[in-house]
Amino acid sequence: MSTGTDGAPVVELGTPLVGGSTHRTAGQGTQGLAGTDLDRPERLAQVRSGELGSLHSWELVTAVDGPGTRLTVFLAGCPLRCLYCHNPDTLEMRRGTDVTADELLKKVARYRGVFRATGGGLTLSGGEPLMQPAFVARVLRGATEMGVHTTLDTSGFLGAAATDAMLDDLDLVLLDVKSGIPDTYTRVTGRELAPTLEFGRRLSDHGVAMWIRFVLVPDLTDARDNVEAVADYVSTLSTVARVEVLPFHQMGRDKWDELGMRYELGDTRPPTPELVERVRDQFRARGLEVH
Amino acid sequence: MTITEIPAVATDETAWDGFTTGPWTESIDVRDFIQRNYTPYLGDASFLAGATAKTLRTWETLERDYLAVERERRVYDVDTHTPADVDAFPAGYISADDDVVVGLQTDTPLKRAMMPNGGWRMVETALKEAGKEIDPEVKRIFTQYRKTHNEAVFDMYTPRIRAARSSHIITGLPDAYGRGRIIGDYRRVALYGVDALIAAKNADKDSIADQPFSESWARYREEHAEQVKALKKLKRLGESYGFDLGRPARTFQEAVQWTYFGYLASVKSQDGAAMSIGRLSAFFDVYAERDLAAGTLTEELAQEVIDALVLKLRIVRFLRTVDYDQIFSGDPYWATWSDAGFGEDGRPLVTKTSFRLLQTLRNLGPAPEPNITIFWDPKLPAGYKEFCAAISIETSAIQYESDQQIRCHWGDDAAIACCVSPMTVGKQMQFFGARVNAAKSLLYAVNGGRDEMSGKLIVPGHEGVQGNEALDFDEVWAKYDAMLSWVTATYVEALNIIHYSHDKYAYEAVEMALHDDDIVRTMGCGIAGLSIVADSLSAIKYAKVYPVRDETGLVVDYITEGDFPVYGNDDDRADEIAALVVRTVMDKIRHLPMYRDAVPTQSVLTITSNVVYGKATGAFPSGHKAGTPFAPGANPENGMDTHGMVASMLSVGKLDYDDALDGISLTNTITPSGLGRTKDEQVTNLVGILDAGMGEGLYHANINVLSRETLQDAIDHPEQYPNLTVRVSGYAVNFVKLTKEQQLDVLSRTFHETA
Repeated sequence: MSTGTDGAPVVELGTPLVGGSTHRTAGQGTQGLAGTDLDRPERLAQVRSGELGSLHSWELVTAVDGPGTRLTVFLAGCPLRCLYCHNPDTLEMRRGTDVTADELLKKVARYRGVFRATGGGLTLSGGEPLMQPAFVARVLRGATEMGVHTTLDTSGFLGAAATDAMLDDLDLVLLDVKSGIPDTYTRVTGRELAPTLEFGRRLSDHGVAMWIRFVLVPDLTDARDNVEAVADYVSTLSTVARVEVLPFHQMGRDKWDELGMRYELGDTRPPTPELVERVRDQFRARGLEVH
Repeated sequence: MTITEIPAVATDETAWDGFTTGPWTESIDVRDFIQRNYTPYLGDASFLAGATAKTLRTWETLERDYLAVERERRVYDVDTHTPADVDAFPAGYISADDDVVVGLQTDTPLKRAMMPNGGWRMVETALKEAGKEIDPEVKRIFTQYRKTHNEAVFDMYTPRIRAARSSHIITGLPDAYGRGRIIGDYRRVALYGVDALIAAKNADKDSIADQPFSESWARYREEHAEQVKALKKLKRLGESYGFDLGRPARTFQEAVQWTYFGYLASVKSQDGAAMSIGRLSAFFDVYAERDLAAGTLTEELAQEVIDALVLKLRIVRFLRTVDYDQIFSGDPYWATWSDAGFGEDGRPLVTKTSFRLLQTLRNLGPAPEPNITIFWDPKLPAGYKEFCAAISIETSAIQYESDQQIRCHWGDDAAIACCVSPMTVGKQMQFFGARVNAAKSLLYAVNGGRDEMSGKLIVPGHEGVQGNEALDFDEVWAKYDAMLSWVTATYVEALNIIHYSHDKYAYEAVEMALHDDDIVRTMGCGIAGLSIVADSLSAIKYAKVYPVRDETGLVVDYITEGDFPVYGNDDDRADEIAALVVRTVMDKIRHLPMYRDAVPTQSVLTITSNVVYGKATGAFPSGHKAGTPFAPGANPENGMDTHGMVASMLSVGKLDYDDALDGISLTNTITPSGLGRTKDEQVTNLVGILDAGMGEGLYHANINVLSRETLQDAIDHPEQYPNLTVRVSGYAVNFVKLTKEQQLDVLSRTFHETA
């Protein structure tokens, strides 16, 4: 950003000015959503049926979790253990707050005017929302019935848990492809790459629109051939609307400390603008819309 | 007694040639003229012209010879011998060859004039601070021979007002400076010419000549005489620049020039806190369309004229004290220019000149003045909404108010005075009331009227909370309610005294000459600290709050255990408490006697006094620390609105406008990337956010699109950001002119990194 003596601050677009603003930390709690307090067997039954979900937080956000202004709901619990996770407090389901699908759908209904005005909708994020597939299915069904645009933000690792009926209720999936080389993927996440690739192909075949996200971490995911592998894969999918290259940031670091968890990327710097551009160009070379 | 018929003198065939006639040709009715003659513009910004060479030369001269010097020494110059008046100074120019619209407050750009009718002490302090010698003759006049507004007010102030003032539960009252917030209908000068206005005012004056004497009869006669004298001075002002303002304007350029002379006359004779200019674009556009059709005007020249006017509005200066600058963050004068919205008939009041006004921010770069205020409605033409959003993103220099709420209450020819105060132009004025500290009132309720900072008993007859048990919501609310009764009664008593004195000793003759004779007056009361009260009451209701007492038993802090909902996150539990506080204050104000039968109103707006109010106020159950700034206006507490900007807009939108007809202010800062990846996406999303907020009851939105890093860099390298504009609370300021404390306050506010 710069200013001349006679002009406005010139805003440079593309690269977030505040680190991680498009690869962001989860919201601040479930204020405004009534929690439940059931005994254990009853709770388990409701969780299985999808009547009850474990939520980390909600937020009304614009431009980051799909189009327009969206109610983004962060679900608690994730099977991956990404080294760079910026929301480690969403990793465990037990840290969430129990909220019923009906209660959440009431909130969705309340924001229909906001969604209409902004071209927004509902985004289920996490954590990994597909850890709670029955709850996700139920909420997506309810939102779709209201005519609300729906988005799922997922790593795809648990894609097998998404039924075709669930895919029918999805307008957009934000698919995190965290690396293109299987070994690198495992080093980053502690899990296998294959389920994600499989889920992406299924979404493509099913005609569900996707935004592909790739988190660029220096010395971890930035190798040229790792990026090439992701880009090659993405170029085989037919429903990808855009690719977002998200520069790594350190905004999640304090949370790791607070949770008493060991954080391995303490010395890692955010990628340089040149590196970000190199990676974006690798995707652009395949004719993809890249941000 | 309302006779505003235009005598025959106004019928100037050439001036009105081609206009559709109607009631406006028979009596003074600018709105009717606009409605019958304006052309809505539904297209986009592609027709606009850039700055002409003349515009750029003038701006460069101004920057090099005047603004750069002023930045160095705060005050460029002051005339210490000539008390200000409409015709007190000879003509002056920025650059005699290039001034497209002429007229300066004094004979030199940025040179300030003394306006001692408000009070001599303020003038003397300001002169000393500017390094100027006091002219003993002028001082003698205003201390021995001529009583001032300030002196009259203090002659009448009661003991309880003095106590409330000194303990800062009521501060910032317009008792030592001009009250402002009166918008003359400056368009009348252009449409009718001054001769017709004088004749109409004389006719009004004599319309009651046969009635028996009463004090209101005498005041009516005297005020009209003052108005006529002021209009004659306005005519002389025009003559000094070689114009005959006696007749109506005949061209677009004249319409702008005549209107500006009307405004100039008011800023030459009054230094009111807010000197807003009204709603001009559609009016000017009628003339522009006529001249464009006749081939006597081009788009370049039309833009040049609007640029020239805006340039003049950027160099209005008043002689202010350093203290005043600290309260108001620099040197604002709120030349608020209201635009857009809809007419009663459903046509948008968006014209090509609405675009030209926004274009000035590109042609001249961003600046705090004029305070461009868009009456927003989701149904405004898409091309205009997108242009507004684009300019907001580039400059952070625009504010938005809900057209629907304003139009439903005040009609389609209303304009904003200052930040959020709506009034029907030429038919309504406000008695500006600053604000009371609603947050400190809560602490007084707990402490039985003792001040939590000094320990002094300020409000006798109230029992505080006893013991050290957790506070009980119902008990605290009852005490707060009783305390608010005392505070509002004391406050309105002060306002009545102030406005009685102001009418008597610092009457705004030019501005009132450009009003109807029979007008609505509102008493614009206000509150500060709403979010703190809401959060603190929520803490008392939903968590456990224990008082912490000093050795004298004074509650000086609180220990809060447990979670509680906070205002600003679209949580009804907290938001309804905020709405209840606003309604409760308003109910109390409604039942108090008002000077001159004013209609009581309320605003939730702090300007930037949120910093000084915070300094004078103790710690709260919400966790708000003693001596720290309040959130501005109706904003949620800084950093507590954690569920996104739209959620905070929805919370603020729950405050009922009917309880705060003088406006509810929300200031938001979004980082650019928080609005989208590309400029187009950012524009679309900002439009969507404004549509969503206004659609859900939001009254006002100040939009900053800035990153924290930019502001931090501007603090460290102010020389690189001379024009960095930041919207603070219903108006904009030059960020680098803020005090360090205010800069840090802006930095500490919530930045929505995701909108």
